[in-house]
Amino acid sequence: MGSEGRVLNVFSHGILVIWGLLVTLPLLWAVMSSLKTDKQIFTSPWGLPSALHFDNWSRAWSKSNIGDFFLNTILVVGCSLIGTMLLGSMAAYILARFEFPGKRFIYFMFVGGMSFPIILALVPLFFVMKNMSLLNTFHGLILVYIAYSLPFTVFFLTSFFKTLPSSVAEAALIDGASHTRTFFQVMLPMAKPGLISVGIFNFLGQWNQYMLPTVLNTDEDKRVLTQGLVQLAASQQYKGDWSALFAGLVLAMLPVLAVYILFQRQVQAGLTAGALK
Amino acid sequence: MQHGKYRFIAGFLALPVILYAVFVISPFVQAIYYSFTDWTGLSSDFEMVGFKNYDWLLHDDIFWKAVGHNVLLLLVVPLVTLGLGLFFAFMLNVGGRGRKNAAVSGVRGSSLYKVIYFFPQVLSIAIVALLFQFTYNPRNGAINAFLGGIGLDALQQQWLADPKLALWCLMAVMVWSNVGFYVVLFSAGMSSIPKDFYEAALLDGANRVKTFFKITLPLLWDTVQTGWIYMGIIALDAFAVVQIMTVGPGGPADSTQVMGYYVYTKTFHDGQAGRATTIGVAMLIVTLVFAVIVTRLGRRERLEY
Repeated sequence: MGSEGRVLNVFSHGILVIWGLLVTLPLLWAVMSSLKTDKQIFTSPWGLPSALHFDNWSRAWSKSNIGDFFLNTILVVGCSLIGTMLLGSMAAYILARFEFPGKRFIYFMFVGGMSFPIILALVPLFFVMKNMSLLNTFHGLILVYIAYSLPFTVFFLTSFFKTLPSSVAEAALIDGASHTRTFFQVMLPMAKPGLISVGIFNFLGQWNQYMLPTVLNTDEDKRVLTQGLVQLAASQQYKGDWSALFAGLVLAMLPVLAVYILFQRQVQAGLTAGALK
Repeated sequence: MQHGKYRFIAGFLALPVILYAVFVISPFVQAIYYSFTDWTGLSSDFEMVGFKNYDWLLHDDIFWKAVGHNVLLLLVVPLVTLGLGLFFAFMLNVGGRGRKNAAVSGVRGSSLYKVIYFFPQVLSIAIVALLFQFTYNPRNGAINAFLGGIGLDALQQQWLADPKLALWCLMAVMVWSNVGFYVVLFSAGMSSIPKDFYEAALLDGANRVKTFFKITLPLLWDTVQTGWIYMGIIALDAFAVVQIMTVGPGGPADSTQVMGYYVYTKTFHDGQAGRATTIGVAMLIVTLVFAVIVTRLGRRERLEY
């Protein structure tokens, strides 16, 4: 390899390192700031904290209610995820494996939802929820999360179920298993890799959701993590407890980053699965 | 048996279809209907007003500002994001030529780069927007402090409060948070391109730039096009960054106003739900036009390999 190759290698590594720094430095800066006193944040924004003020974290967790937002999010996302996966795989299984009138219509109705801007539906949705007394309730939010996760879930799992061999399901039916039993005991276990990919996709999407709770869930006690933190920031900037704000931000980032680092292969595969057919 | 089959189909489809129809389909259909009314959103009475809202929209300055910003977002954000994504993915997968005696290979540590670059993608856009609001803060934010630290005080700015800069600051955040996804996506695409293509090009004396434009990009075209549509939908939305990062409604002197956020303010601040849904319909039209243009422009002969 000639000198051209070596120069290019230095050049390409240089650029790759710069982008790596651009990605990580803001995150590190937030972590550092979360461990400083307010005074240090103002006097030396890039300096290392003189001592590690973990009290910021505990103040954010309890006094600024990050802990409550966390529990709300876990409750809402946990229930939504189970509902999405169950209903999504049921619908996808039918659409992939059975022939009946209206099948194409139902399939395109689901898949069409992927390309519409949610904000257009948001105004009427607010009033649909209001009329059903579902505004500012956890179960209302859960139903909405499930409904808006169905398009991608059905789209992805329908093509996945189509790739599974039909002989196993037929054997189970001949052995006298009902359709329902065949689905739960034979097909779902076989679809596990697809379920995991789409499950990760939905988990991150629902955990990170911001617009839907902002509009449909304005009760202070029922805030989820993202909206709680944003509203906290809006109110805290006047009170000036910056260190607790940074601590809250870091507390909200840490769990997803931890999950990502542990399962990075599955996360990357799950998130890109939709775009690569 | 047939009877049992249909009962099973109905039983499995009923819940998902009802839920989807009530919470997704019906609001979309209603939105189009409400766009022809003078509904305030506060009371239940309203009247049909024909195309009056659409007429209002055509003469509303803020709306046209929002459209202009959305078009700018639609051009700049996907172009920069996908461009950087392709560039990094190419360097990570094909950049390290000459290693291990293979014609093409990634640079050293490419998998570590991919892990790090993907970080922003798993964070909520709300969290990212908040983080950068702090970073851009003129008094204690990371950027001004960094510029001051290396002696470039003259470059310090009131980032988000400056009408000329605010929208560009938001675009930088959108690029920052999405590049990693495309690096991973394009890497997956590139790894499925057969190695002998590169070996042949190398024998013919092609350099890396030529290899990229003659081999990698054409073979990756379908993925790039899908990515462009994904990124376009993200750029058209921009609700969270505008609402969280810039002072409201819509930034200093409406300099970051976008259609999505205008729908929100019209409904929940101004009590003009009818007009708001009209903006929403306009947004849908822009989305569809964009999707058609991208698919038309991108239509090429499909390469099989």
